[in-house]
Amino acid sequence: MYAWIWRNLPGSRPVRAALALVLVLAAGIVLWYLVFPWLEPKVQFDHGVVDGTTPAPKG
Amino acid sequence: MRMLIRGLGELCITAGLVLLLFVTYELWGTGRYTQEQQQRLDQELMRSWQAPRPRNVTTEKVRIGSGLAMIRIPKFGPKYRFVVIEGVELSDLRKGPGHYPGSALPGEVGNFVVSGHRTTYSAPFNRVGELGEGDQILIDTRDTQYVYEVTGRKIVQPTAVEVTSPVPMHPGRKPTRRLITLTTCHPKYSAAQRLIVFGELVDEKPRVAPAAAGK
Repeated sequence: MYAWIWRNLPGSRPVRAALALVLVLAAGIVLWYLVFPWLEPKVQFDHGVVDGTTPAPKG
Repeated sequence: MRMLIRGLGELCITAGLVLLLFVTYELWGTGRYTQEQQQRLDQELMRSWQAPRPRNVTTEKVRIGSGLAMIRIPKFGPKYRFVVIEGVELSDLRKGPGHYPGSALPGEVGNFVVSGHRTTYSAPFNRVGELGEGDQILIDTRDTQYVYEVTGRKIVQPTAVEVTSPVPMHPGRKPTRRLITLTTCHPKYSAAQRLIVFGELVDEKPRVAPAAAGK
């Protein structure tokens, strides 16, 4: 997979390396800002509320 | 065949790296969000406390998601302070410890119930397990600092809603004492159980002006 990507990147060696770095960063940013915030509430291992207790606020 | 195995290996390594990044996000990234929110809420709260009290209002209503009071626990050092947010929805608890809407307000007869994260989102209640009998929990409001003292703790199932009732463990009974209850997850990094810390009001004094208290 990675070898295939490497082969298909255009340009000389340093250009390819730079492009690869950009790809890695882009993947990281998508994960950090889009995927993880969406995933985080679904895998809550840190849930401190005793359930079903939010009494409706008065008024 | 060789291609397949290599592809699988690469996939596994990638998954491992993504997982590592996710753990970093949970334990560190989420905390940055909370710190931003805390800073904002802190400023809002201080501003509203300094402004003159609105007339004809006996009890101030606090909107869900905004700051209600300040919690400090001397045992955790002078830097330990969090704005308590009104509400215990996921989005509220991301900003800091949250007050169960409908439970007593600070200093009131009944039970002032606060829930907080123990490991993610700045982990306000990370060390709550270290609290023992007699340790102080300070709750600052506009005019008053309420001093609670820990009376005990308990580990319960996540469904044990009776810990939040006005008289903990006795739902329906009429409260006569002024109590505080902190809830967080237990054990750390798990949502299997809840750690509950109980306390009772022992003192109230005028709140120290932030100019004298803070640096």
